[in-house]
This record gives sequence, C-alpha cells and structure tokens, in this order.
Amino acid sequence: MNAIPLDAFDIVSASVLVLLSAALSLALQLGLQRQLLIATARMIVQLTLVGLVLKTLFALVSPWWTGLTALLMVLFAGQEITARQERRLKGPWSYGLGTACMLLAASLVTVFALTAQVRPDPWYDPRYTLPLLGMILGNTMTGISLGLQTLTNGLVRDRAAVEAQLMLGETRWQALRPAVRSALRSALMPIINSMAATGLVALPGMMTGQILAGAEPMAAVKYQMLIMFLIAGGTTLGAISAVLGGVWRLTDARHRLRLDRLR
Amino acid sequence: MLIVHELCRPGLSPLSFQLERGECMTLQGPSGAGKSLLLRALADLDPNQGEITLDGRRRTAMTGPDWRRQVMYVPAESGWWAERVRDHFLDWAEAGAELERVRLPKEAGDWPVSRLSSGERQRLALLRALLRQPRVLLLDEPTAALDGEATAAVEGLVSDYLRTGAAVLWVTHDPRQARRLNPRGFFMESGRFREAPL
Repeated sequence: MNAIPLDAFDIVSASVLVLLSAALSLALQLGLQRQLLIATARMIVQLTLVGLVLKTLFALVSPWWTGLTALLMVLFAGQEITARQERRLKGPWSYGLGTACMLLAASLVTVFALTAQVRPDPWYDPRYTLPLLGMILGNTMTGISLGLQTLTNGLVRDRAAVEAQLMLGETRWQALRPAVRSALRSALMPIINSMAATGLVALPGMMTGQILAGAEPMAAVKYQMLIMFLIAGGTTLGAISAVLGGVWRLTDARHRLRLDRLR
Repeated sequence: MLIVHELCRPGLSPLSFQLERGECMTLQGPSGAGKSLLLRALADLDPNQGEITLDGRRRTAMTGPDWRRQVMYVPAESGWWAERVRDHFLDWAEAGAELERVRLPKEAGDWPVSRLSSGERQRLALLRALLRQPRVLLLDEPTAALDGEATAAVEGLVSDYLRTGAAVLWVTHDPRQARRLNPRGFFMESGRFREAPL
C-alpha cells in the first residue's frame, strides 16, 4: 500500500471549492450559504473528532473500549430509526424494537465477518470491527426504518382491508401478509438496487477509498463483495425481525388489530 | 344459542342478552349510541370483557379466528384486500347462485373492487360472509345504500339463512325494517340497551 498522504495545505486548498459555492449562493441570492458553511464546519469538527477517537481506539486494541464504542454506535442508530418514524409505537417499544433488531442483526453479521472471513488478530481488532460495523449499521438502520415506516403507514391506511380478513376468521398472519410483504419490499429494495447497479453507475465509496489508498483493484473488489454480502444479510435479518416484531406488537393473542398501540 | 353476559368495553355499559336459534334481533338507536362498538366487541375485534358463550362453548375456549368464523361481523363500510371481487371469496363458483338472489350478475367476479358502488359493496360483503356459514351474523346497516328491491332481496336472503338455524343481530335505522324483521327489537342509546316499543 502506498497511499499519497495529504497535508494541511491540501485540505485548505480543497476547501476553497466550498467557499466558492458559498460565494455563488450569496451572489445568486440562493440563501444557502449559511447552511452550507454550518454543514461544512460540522463535517470538519465531527470527522476530526472521529479520527482522534479511532486513533486512540486503534492504539488501545481493548475489547472493552471497542465493545463500548460499538454499543454507542448501535444506540445512536436506534435513535435515528425512532426519529425517522412518522407513527411510533407507544412506550418503550418505540425505541426498543428497532434498536434491539439492529443490535441483533448488526452484531451477528459483524462477528460472523470478523471470525469467519476477515479474521484479524485479535478478532475484535477495532481497525476492522468498527468500520465493518459502521457500514453494516448504516444500511441495516435504513432497512429497519423503511420497513417499520411502511408497515405502520400501511396498517393505518389499509385498516379496513386488514380487519375485513380478520372478521371473516383469518389469522393475524394471513390478514397482515400484504402489509408485511410491502414493508419488507421497501426495506430490501435499496440494497437489492445497489447490488444490481454497483460498478455500473458508480464505484462504491469503500472500494474507491481502498483504491486511492493504494490497494489492488481486485483486492478492493473482493472486499466490496464481502461488504455487500454482509450488508444484504444484516439488512434482511434486521428488517424481517423488526417488521415481524411490529406485527406482533400491533396485533394481540386474540388476533385483533391493535392500532391503539401506535401513537 | 348465543348468551351474552355483562359484556363491556369503553363506550358501552355492561350488556346482557340472548339470541336464540333462528332469531333475528334488531337494534336501533342514534348514531354514536355504541351499536358498532357492541358488534365489534361481540366479534372480539377490540379488547372487551364479559362472558359470551355460543352453543354452550365459551368464547375464551376458542381462538379469536375460530370465534369470528362462528360469530361474523359485516360492518357498514366493508374492507377489500385484493383487486378483483372474486379473490375475496373462498369459492367463487359457489357464489354464483346466490349472486342472482341479491340482483348481481355472474360477471361481478371479474369486476375491480375500486369500481363497485356502495350498494354493490354491501351486497358482496354480505354474501362473502354468508358463504362462510357462520352461526351468528352481526349486520351493521346492511341495506343502507340499497333501493327497495335490493333491500327486499337482502332481507329474503337473510331470512332463508335464519331458517338454517343461524341467528342474526341486525342494526338498522329504519323502524319499518325492524318491524318487518322481528317483533322483538332493541333500542340502544348512549351505550345502554332497552327493549324497543315497535
């Protein structure tokens, strides 16, 4: 690997592009310059902090600190899932369901990748654990929140159709099947589409990063395939468990539809 | 046949009554009196308390779906989950003969649900339930959108069904319909029940 290192001057000179964009916004009275500059400043601060945290973690190689960081990442992603829901479940289920499913899916898939394919030494080496988990989490989070969103919106919209089947004596699984199917379809469509289009439309960010960092294209490609498999597995596992958990919560043992459990 | 003891749920005072085999009980009352809430509770579609037995079997001894196959609710606004009419019936061939009785043509099976009139929806929803042969039918204004002829057809169909030993609880806004169907009607007001003077 022979990455070309960037120095501070390179970064400052590149940031001229953002300053130019802000100047254009000002000149054309687009009113975007403030948001643009704040977002840029946030990016600089956040990435610098993440860089420092990762540097420390990579130096420590501690299972505890790595585990704690991973847990915090999951909890933040759970917050993000909750925030994206238009209709939330009442009580602790609102945050609990999505977070628990993500914890399950992302940790299973990450540990699988670490112990079966990537096999760093030690297996929890944060240099591998945290980036892998980050990529899996980001996609699983989108899958779960799309799935839950589609499920709850669909049940509220098609309440009469779902209850019509219940009234005729069908079970909750039968009556909610169309809602479950469309929820899982919208949860899994992004990863299916991105697998189908990858390489043709755009090079995946991670692969580009590895190539820029000096990796052989075929080595980067293999890594990208691994990541895609992990993301597909994590998203499917997370979305299915979250959607079925949502069905479980929004119906009861008497096979009634319980939309009163939505806020 | 159907014995209801102290049935209650939010919006409803505890109610007790019995329905005998072959009996059609009518229920009248102003909108918001809790008629639909009562029917939903009887079909166990919302959480409710009270003891209900059907032919001596307690509701709690059956699963929700088993109970609703026996005690079937047909709401005023029917729900449809597939595109074509026929997909809502277990066996469309079986529906053929009954279609004529409710003044609908055989081709109705291929009609898209989205183009049904409210009267057609009501008759098809009733038929869809009847063909599953429940013991008790809970009808929520099944003739509200129908003209005189279609109303008479529906009343005839339900009368025949009663003769097979089933029972019906019929919610109606029309006192004349209540008199036609049954001399023993009930009147419901703000969640309470009383025998109606017909």
